[in-house]
Amino acid sequence: MSTASAISSSISTKAATEKEHSVWRTSIRFTLLMTLAFGIAYPLFVTGIAGALFPHKAAGSLIEQNGQIVGSELLSQGFASDRYFHPRPSAAGNGYDATSSGGSNLAQSNTKLVQRMQGDIDKLAAENPGHLVPIDAVTTSGSGLDPDITPDNAYFQARRVAKARGMTEQQLNVLIRQNTQARTFGLLGEPRVNVLDLNIALDAAK
Amino acid sequence: MSANGWLQFVAFSIVLGLTVKPVGIYLARVLEGQRTWLDPILRPIERLTYKLCGVNAEREMNWRQYAFAMLGFSAVTMVLTYIIERGQAVLPWNPQHMTGVGADLAWNTAASFTTNTNWQFYTGESTMSYLTQMAGLATHNFFSAAVGIVVAIALVRAIKRTQSDTIGNFWVDTTRTLLYILLPASIIYAVLLVALGVPQNLHAYTVAHTLEGRTQTIAQGPVASQEAIKMLGTNGGGFFNANSAHPFENPTPFTNFLQILSIFIIPAGLTYTLGRMTGSPGHGWAVFAAMYLLFAAGFGVLYWAEAHPHPLIHGAGQTLTASAPGGNMEGKEVRNGIAESALFATITTDASCGAVNGMHDSFTPLGGLIPLTNIMLGEVVFGGVGAGLYGMLIFVVQAVFIAGLMVGRTPEYLGKKIESYDVKMAMLYVLIFPLIILSLTAVFVLLPNVGLGTTNNSGPHGLSEILYAFTSGAGNNGSALAGLGPNWWYNITLGWDMLIGRFLMMIPVLALAGNLAQKKSVPPSPGTFPVNTPLFTVLLTGVVLILGALTFFPALSLGPILEHLLLKSGQLF
Repeated sequence: MSTASAISSSISTKAATEKEHSVWRTSIRFTLLMTLAFGIAYPLFVTGIAGALFPHKAAGSLIEQNGQIVGSELLSQGFASDRYFHPRPSAAGNGYDATSSGGSNLAQSNTKLVQRMQGDIDKLAAENPGHLVPIDAVTTSGSGLDPDITPDNAYFQARRVAKARGMTEQQLNVLIRQNTQARTFGLLGEPRVNVLDLNIALDAAK
Repeated sequence: MSANGWLQFVAFSIVLGLTVKPVGIYLARVLEGQRTWLDPILRPIERLTYKLCGVNAEREMNWRQYAFAMLGFSAVTMVLTYIIERGQAVLPWNPQHMTGVGADLAWNTAASFTTNTNWQFYTGESTMSYLTQMAGLATHNFFSAAVGIVVAIALVRAIKRTQSDTIGNFWVDTTRTLLYILLPASIIYAVLLVALGVPQNLHAYTVAHTLEGRTQTIAQGPVASQEAIKMLGTNGGGFFNANSAHPFENPTPFTNFLQILSIFIIPAGLTYTLGRMTGSPGHGWAVFAAMYLLFAAGFGVLYWAEAHPHPLIHGAGQTLTASAPGGNMEGKEVRNGIAESALFATITTDASCGAVNGMHDSFTPLGGLIPLTNIMLGEVVFGGVGAGLYGMLIFVVQAVFIAGLMVGRTPEYLGKKIESYDVKMAMLYVLIFPLIILSLTAVFVLLPNVGLGTTNNSGPHGLSEILYAFTSGAGNNGSALAGLGPNWWYNITLGWDMLIGRFLMMIPVLALAGNLAQKKSVPPSPGTFPVNTPLFTVLLTGVVLILGALTFFPALSLGPILEHLLLKSGQLF
């Protein structure tokens, strides 16, 4: 039986009437001790375990090609060429800035948002007439670094990429299907395609 | 809305429900000083802590001493954080050579993290060194969470005790909460997050050469260790600016599920702790039920609103398909879609967490109304760790008082007569909150350069941004309509907003605890209003809604509600 419950039953009336041991002194000691424990020891301990057990993930899931880091599997990078699938538009810094994450923070009632979205929709609609433009292709994500697009968006872009690469849409659709991640446990989140993975697969397929 | 979206809600509810009892029992064991299975490792550390800090663990405190110790500890931690922020340029673990944080921002951030708010007027990855993140900020995630829990437990203990002057020992309660609850849970959770993709390292930022031949600098750092306690302690301060929308903080739908679960797990468990420690488990479940009702209602409205297409956009696929979520995707991540973003936003504002996995500023007007309303109701829907429980107990006091008025008897609560002093303290708690929010919002709206000039959006949404800021601050939430630009005035004023919303509201709670502890216990009579029935749950829910609605409806009608009506009629700003 520990102290607290023992006291709670025995002490009912008079307690601590004599001068309390300085609150400030205890506060300062307690703060320094706990900052060392929770601010230094705890994160270093986790860093040690993480690096030992999951070195790739602990280092940011970086992808290497020919000895060079080409990006992180978890973060989107800008793609502008017709030969690649494009990620969602980005409001992180000047676009896809992984040191300045964030969204547009434009309200639904903001003229700038409606003009931007409608302008992008009209541009993309010309690329693939007769199809609705996927909504994720014309909205910025919360982080500005969303690595994924919806499968709808990938299939929508297949036509442009096929033309630029001299491949058939069918070939690309196969690649897209291979790179589509389903909901976790068939339940959580949404189906998605990682743009960097898809583009790397695309380069490999030529 | 999709069937799958609702299934995710149901799955979340079931898993949460299953955690309540085991978590509640463990919390009660720790805070009643009983043995736990971690004793062999942690008991010596606990004893050593008392020895090094000069704490006499045998001595109990009355409510004033308890409050003074709580304030002293919080003040010292706040000063330390301020010093680390200002001096980070010359301190270790600063591979990106961040300069010292400016005085007003350092003040705002120190106040923000001390109060469990974690409002962030800075971009973490380009402002704070690793040392500041770890030892200046993440430590507060532990400390402020522990302070919230111990204040709630002091109140629960006081309800149970009779004719006692004391309500516990602040240092003992805090040490035990930190060592036995938050530390082991955070270690396991952080390692799990790394396994699922969250980075954890102390390297300088990585420069990548992209497929198209550009360079991209990738910010990272000790993210997982901060992320774990950020959610468990309902703190919400992100390592990165984009918070849990950032793929490094929240890389998959599964981590997203864990994050929302970890926001609610301690607050929900505490309802069981309440029932167990006061010897009336039915009361704990009745409180849980009231919280769950408000949570489900909030999610329903928010999900419905965000699944709607934008009325003025044409030619885009805004409706649900098998492979695209449709709805309002501005500020949301594809992997989360609409349902998990709506669930996250509801939960983070039901609790005082304030982490976000999508940008609330870009929500539809009615979708944005829900987070704001959740905070305005006092974050008593499970709520912040501890803060949610003591906030809800304030409403319980109001509810039994109103029930007593209706039948014309002195109200009782679990054997304690609720008298004038108790109701006054409860009212003080309820009144300080809207007073500070509404008056500060009014002042800033009237200052053109300081207030209105800093909003990212105009029209009613601009008002919403300012109102949300002061509500989030006083409610110690920390989420934002993040378009609002920082300036000196906001930094200083929001700092005070957060401190008042935290500590000025904790003092009436502790005063109430002190008063309840010294009362005699009266046996229940036929006139006693039972607090473990569905009727009580309905009354409690009603009291929360009516008090909140009466106070804030006028302000809300000028913000999100007006924006909704104007947008529907085609008006943009």
